[in-house]
Parts: sequence; C-alpha cells; structure tokens
Amino acid sequence: MSILINKDTKIITQGITGKTGQFHTEKCIEYANGKACFVAGVNPKKAGERIFDVPIFASVREAKAQTGATVSVIYVPPAGAADAIWEACEADLDLAICITEGIPVRDMLIVRNKMKQKEAKGGKKTLLLGPNCPGLITPDEVKIGIMPGHIHRKGRIGVVSRSGTLTYEAVAQLTEIGLGQSSAVGIGGDPINGLKHIDIMQALNDDPDTDAVIMIGEIGGPDEADAARWCKDNMKKPIVGFIAGVTAPAGKRMGHAGALISGGADTADAKLAIMEECGFKVTRNPSEMAKLLKAML
Amino acid sequence: MKIHEYQGKEILRKFGVATPRGIPCFSVDEAVKAAEQLGGKIWVVKAQIHAGGRGKGGGVKLAKSLDEVRAHANAILGMQLKTHQTGPEGQKVRRLLVEDGADIKKEYYVAALTDRATQKVAIMASSEGGMDIEEVAHSTPEKIIKVFVDPLVGLTDAQAKELADGIGVPAASQAQAIDTFKKLYTCYMETDASLAEINPLILEGNGNIKALDAKFNFDSNALYRQQEIVAYRDLDEEDADEIEASKFDLAYISLDGNIGCLVNGAGLAMATMDTIKLFGAEPANFLDVGGGATTEKVTEAFKIMLKNTKVKGILVNIFGGIMKCDTIANGVVTAARETHLAVPLVVRMKGTNEDLGKKILAESGLPIITADTMAEAATKIVAAVK
Repeated sequence: MSILINKDTKIITQGITGKTGQFHTEKCIEYANGKACFVAGVNPKKAGERIFDVPIFASVREAKAQTGATVSVIYVPPAGAADAIWEACEADLDLAICITEGIPVRDMLIVRNKMKQKEAKGGKKTLLLGPNCPGLITPDEVKIGIMPGHIHRKGRIGVVSRSGTLTYEAVAQLTEIGLGQSSAVGIGGDPINGLKHIDIMQALNDDPDTDAVIMIGEIGGPDEADAARWCKDNMKKPIVGFIAGVTAPAGKRMGHAGALISGGADTADAKLAIMEECGFKVTRNPSEMAKLLKAML
Repeated sequence: MKIHEYQGKEILRKFGVATPRGIPCFSVDEAVKAAEQLGGKIWVVKAQIHAGGRGKGGGVKLAKSLDEVRAHANAILGMQLKTHQTGPEGQKVRRLLVEDGADIKKEYYVAALTDRATQKVAIMASSEGGMDIEEVAHSTPEKIIKVFVDPLVGLTDAQAKELADGIGVPAASQAQAIDTFKKLYTCYMETDASLAEINPLILEGNGNIKALDAKFNFDSNALYRQQEIVAYRDLDEEDADEIEASKFDLAYISLDGNIGCLVNGAGLAMATMDTIKLFGAEPANFLDVGGGATTEKVTEAFKIMLKNTKVKGILVNIFGGIMKCDTIANGVVTAARETHLAVPLVVRMKGTNEDLGKKILAESGLPIITADTMAEAATKIVAAVK
C-alpha cells in the first residue's frame, strides 16, 4: 500500500499540451505503471486529439466520465491554474495535484475558500496537493509530477517536504543506504496550499507499509509546528525532522513565496525546537537525514 | 514588491480612505513650494524610503514655518537614514513627502494580511497605534483585535464593527472607522497586496478618521495584472544585484558571509546555506538557479555572486533531476573561465548524469574541488577559504 496514489490510480493531465505538461507527462508515462495510469488529458481546443497516445478531452468532467479517472495533475500556467484546480474540484475528483509555480495568492485564497464552501454544503471533498510542488510518487508503481523517477526505490520510508530538490536529496540519501520509500510527497512552497505536513503525517501514520518518516520543512508559516504537535500525541512511527533556513534573514522571501519569516514563531530555530519537544529526531545537518533515520529503525 | 508611503496613500485615496493632503518632492525647493501650495501653519516633512522606523531615525520632522520646512527638507534629503530595517549603512533619502499637519486626538493601528492557517484575510486592529505592532503583540496581545475575512463574503459590517468596538473608537466616529476598514479590505484584495498597514490610523479633534501612514507590500506573482502598482516600483530602494539576477530569472539575495553558493531549488539552497554555517562559515548569498538552468544562467549567476567583493569561495550544489548534471558542469566550467575565477570552487553534483558531470569538471583542467555530500562540500569550501 501507499498513500493517496498507487499503480491502479487513473490520472487526468490538465495542461497536457503545454511545453511543461508534455515534457513531464512523457516521463511519467515511462515510469513504472505510468502507461496504464495516465488515461486522459484536457484541452478544450484539442478535444478528440491524442498526445503520447493519451486521449484529450474538452473538460475534466468529460475526461472523468469517459475514463473513470479520479486524480488530476495540473501544469496549467499561473494565470489559469486556480481555475484549473476549481474545475478538478467541480468534477468531484478525489485529488488534484497542482505543479504550477507562481499562482497569485489571491487566486489561491479564493479557490481554497470555494473548495471549503463546497464541502460545507455537503459536496464531495477534493484533496489538493500544492501548488508550486513537485508532486508525489509511489516508487515502482506510479509517479505524478516532476521528480526524477530513477532516484527512488520501493520501500517502507515516507518522505514529506515543501521543497522539491530537498525531497530528492532525502530520497537519494535513503536509496543510497538501502532504504526504499513507500511514498515521497512534495506539498509545495506556497503560503496558501492544500495538503499540509499534518495531513501527510496522518496518512503515513495510517499506512501499514510505512515504518518511519523524514519530515522536511522550511522557514515561514505554522505548518511544521502544527504537524509536530499532532505527531506528539498520535504518531506511532519514528520521525527525522529538518527545517531549512536557519541562516535566512527575517523579512526576505527565500525563493518560495511561503519561505518568509514573519514573526518569532516561524523561524527555523523555533520550528526545530518544537519538533524536538514533540519527539522528532531533529538535525541541523541535512546530509545526515537518512543516516539518522536508519539508526532509529 | 514594496512602495513608498506617498504612493500607498495615493492608492488608499483611490479606494476612498481619507489621508492628510500631501505632495511628494524630489528637491528642497519643491518641498517649500509644496508647503506653500498646501497652505496652513503646520507641515510634516517625511523621508520616503521603503524601510520602516523612519521617525525614530530622524526622517520625520514637524515644521511650523516655511523656513523650517526648508531646513528640515535640507537636512533629510540626501541623508543616510538608519532605521532598524535598513541595516547599519542606512538608506539614502531621495524623495520627501510634505503633508498637512494633523490634529491627532488618538492613534490606532489597522492592517490587512493573508492568514496562512485559516486561509482567510486577517484584519488586525489595535488601540495602540503609532507603536511597533510586534512589540504590542508581544507585551499586550489582548490589545490586538483580529477578524478573519472569507474572501467569498468580504469584510462584513458586523466584523468591521467588532474591530471599531474592540479598539475603542468613539460612537460619533464609528461609522467612519467601519467604512475605512471595509475600504482597506477592498483595496487589499483588488491590488493583490500581501500587506496593507495603516499605522497610525488617527482620530482627529473633529472626529474624522484618517490614515497618517501607509505601508504596502504586493504579491510578486500577481504583478502581471497590476500595471498601476508596477509603475510605483522604485529601483533605487532595491538591491542592484537582486534586480540584475531577476532579469535572468535567478532568485538571489545577498547576505553577510563570504561563501557564495549556487543551488537549484529554494529549499536545497537554504539547506546549503545552513550547512555552510554548520561547518563554520557564513553564506554570502541565497541563489536559486531554478529548474531550467542553462550555461548562460550559470555564467550570470557566477558574475552576480562575484560582484560581492566579500566572496572568498564558491560552493555549487546541484541535485540533477530534470536538469542534468552534465549541463550544469558545462555551465560551471564556462562560467569559471569567463569570469577568470580566482577564488576556490567546490562543486557537489548528484542525480541525473552525475558521472558525466564529474568527468567534465575533471577534464576541464580547472582547479575545481568536488564533493559527494553537502556536508563534505561545506567542509571543503570552509577549509579552502581559511
């Protein structure tokens, strides 16, 4: 088992005909069971055509109806990405994964509140991963997103991080010392997003095929602290924690829109302290994340 | 993106928020002329820089005659204004705002910002205006009133009244305060702001509510649809190297240390900086080359890092995913040659085409030090610069 996706997941690609969408869709189809998983693309202007032998539909709703897909991945450019998320939600998908970087925060605020309003009225809940994230992978089964597939190995360690390349760093360290991964999830670097550390930690805790977790965060926002507090009372598995940005100055946006220290509580030091209090094995040396985890197994 | 106070007030007025009358000036003569034009007997001469804390640093002065306006303008214009936000070297004052003096009966605080936890817009208000709000939040948190606005609904009358009541606006001025809060919220949303702060918001002797200051920050992801805001950009207030880097789609921030670092990915870039510190040195910059680095981008990144004369060594840390290590290796070799690199260079490469990348570095004939892990790379560059 794994969290959120597996070899039987049927996936729609929104923005499949754009440059980024094409490039990554091809890589995802080539990975493990990808050919069977990526069943549809969406582009209203190219409905009826095919790309990489994947049929293109005019809307997410139609793609779902024709293929039975339950998950979508979004590569639509920033100005239209929030609308693409809403389209996935209106089509009652289980999960939408938004890779797009650079979506205006106001657009994300509005779409997140629309999603919550729909749920509050009894509508189906669509989970959102991202935006501005690398996606997620269940090694040897399916990869949805932009991560390099070849660094992963199937195994029993979960990885969750806001940053893409820092996720790859953790995965590569694990693979190198012989520890495979059950799921590796990038939740993205934006301030307004969908699934947070706490949601992924809950899922990994419930996953019988995950033995331990590396949780990686960065400066800015309350998410890592919220997850740590939940883990203290609920998590049954060992966790190694790292927070990037000990050297980041306050008030400066460090690349990610969400990586901005805005008060005393969201510095790397403050988050590391809370994680340690909550029973994580924290490190300030990102090169030893996997080694520390191995020692805890 | 930040803007000046006078620009912020222009925006507030456009959305119907009352402010004192004022005129921006670029010279002492203009300042005196502005005061004449405004009329009255009291003026405020205010330094316009993007940093806060201008008053404490001596950048805001009250003038009771045109001669005093001239004297203050003369003293402030061109000064290196030092505040807690400018750093020790201060920021040169190039613009002034000359404003009507206000009859301040009471100072409040109000701000709009996006709340990550609730995914709503938070409107914060306090009776303790004119002070550092971080300080108020720390020492007397009960004096900060917060409401969370659902962007699908907007700031309701009930929420606006809760704010006005909470900070003790007198009954006669409540309607104006409520109106101001609602307009501030509209302004925040429509301009794609990430912060809109009025500190102080004042109650005048005659009961009117006015914004005596205006501090804005805007979401850089939304600037493409905010041309009027983009026009307010003042490049003099921004770091020249950061501007240069942004032209090449590089995220660069200069820091105080002596190890330049070039990394792909924001999280890995921060982790690399942290590792440098962990092994005994300080990073000279944050630099994320992003996912699509080309030889040209890497060369520009080297040039920008090397402009900083404090840089005594460079650490390149690349996790090749979509981006291939051989591409980066070629970029690094070209950049080192083009910039006639004279400081030690440590390269750590991992991922796609790692071996090919290492071979290119080894065969370049350049004195490039390689490393397998971030920790090893940091140890080597720290040793090399000592």
